[in-house]
Amino acid sequence: MGSLNVAIICLLENSELQKMNKTALHNAHINLGAKMVNFSNWEMPISYTSLIEEHHAVRNGAGIFDVSHMSVFDFNGGDQVAFFERIFANDIKKISNYNKAIYGALLNEKGGILDDLIIYHAGDKFRLVSNCSTREQNRQWYEKHAVEFGVEVIERSDMGILAIQGPDAFNKILSIKEMNSQVKNLPSFGCMFDGDKLYARTGYTGEDGLELIVPSRNISQLWDQALSLGCVPIGLGARDTLRLEAGLNLYGNDMTIDNHPYESNLGWTIDMTDQNRQFIGKEALLSIDQTKSQKIVGIILRDKGVLRAGYEINHDRGKGLVLSGSYSPTLQSSIGLARVDQGYLSMARL
Amino acid sequence: MNDVPADLKFLSSHEWARVESDGTITIGISDHAQDLLGDIVFVELPEVGQSVDAESDAAIVESVKAASDVYSPLSGEVIEVNSLLEDQPEIINSSPYEDGWFYKLNPSDMGEFDNLLSPDDYIDVCED
Repeated sequence: MGSLNVAIICLLENSELQKMNKTALHNAHINLGAKMVNFSNWEMPISYTSLIEEHHAVRNGAGIFDVSHMSVFDFNGGDQVAFFERIFANDIKKISNYNKAIYGALLNEKGGILDDLIIYHAGDKFRLVSNCSTREQNRQWYEKHAVEFGVEVIERSDMGILAIQGPDAFNKILSIKEMNSQVKNLPSFGCMFDGDKLYARTGYTGEDGLELIVPSRNISQLWDQALSLGCVPIGLGARDTLRLEAGLNLYGNDMTIDNHPYESNLGWTIDMTDQNRQFIGKEALLSIDQTKSQKIVGIILRDKGVLRAGYEINHDRGKGLVLSGSYSPTLQSSIGLARVDQGYLSMARL
Repeated sequence: MNDVPADLKFLSSHEWARVESDGTITIGISDHAQDLLGDIVFVELPEVGQSVDAESDAAIVESVKAASDVYSPLSGEVIEVNSLLEDQPEIINSSPYEDGWFYKLNPSDMGEFDNLLSPDDYIDVCED
């Protein structure tokens, strides 16, 4: 079989395994029989049983994900609001003092997307979660720009993240013994600290649920309880089909440092309402003619087959490129995200 | 590694071939291959009457995660394809050596069968 060995499912070599990062739940994944893969130098479960069954478990019930490979940063001292006003293209003032989370982009001076991330603010604390492959780049970026605001950047490699997602997720979470009872009052995108633990009603699946950003030493107990309450363990494979169905971008696939937000379906996260706010990348964005930029659109394949990243598509007024492509277990068709020229109509050809 | 039926022979690229009592050859992919691919959602099969060459691509199998060409272990003329796979490609996952077969052919050179890997040799390939 041709491409089998070069696909993302390549088996891990022993020598490779020893060098990779592991989450606090590594043994739990192995004991559940998970297939482990190298994901940006983290040894992570891609599926436990069947990717499609795991996908449906999240859409119809509740699934639990170990996403402890993601990067967590805390901040100390200085003027943190001013710091985020500067480095974050969305406006942190929307959430500061509201116990909420906000999604947006980290841009360089050229308006290129360094990463997408979520910033949480509850009480007097900010916490930031960004992708794992950009950890080192981001840490240096935060540190470089934090100086002028007197802010200390603290990488929390001692933290782990669980996402519990699905229509039944929230009720199951409330049944977890150690769960703070105030969690039940969290609105969508609401968040709260419980000591060093952060609970947030956010996710990456298009379903209701919670993300728990907690010290790694607390993770096993939460994981075991969630499983005993009927949450199904879900691998990164289904995480990808779930986010794709929800139309959520994946950094590195759907946008990179060479893309600006307007051609990456992130124009809605660019907040220029406060004209006095000078965020990094703003000048560059102002010079972009949005009526000419490409757009990311969701696509569905009407024929049999599976769309894959890198496939070219054509429409009557231009071209496009598939950025993410997979199979949608919900629609039972192939779907994808594609970046296309302006003027596209509803149909295109592969 | 699960048990591999003793009457099959393999390509190192994970396809199997079986000689049927009427001298025709049935072809599919191994249990190891379906396990690597994960949930299979689409298969493109050759046409009946088409000639295929040994170790050349004869079919395509797509899982949620990956696409892969399927190479023919033997040369010959395709005489039947497994039309069940059209609507239920997932049977390759559940029954790779029986219900999940891909196609049958009239072999043009049975010497090619003898050159394929035995089950033991194939298992060694997978474990390398």
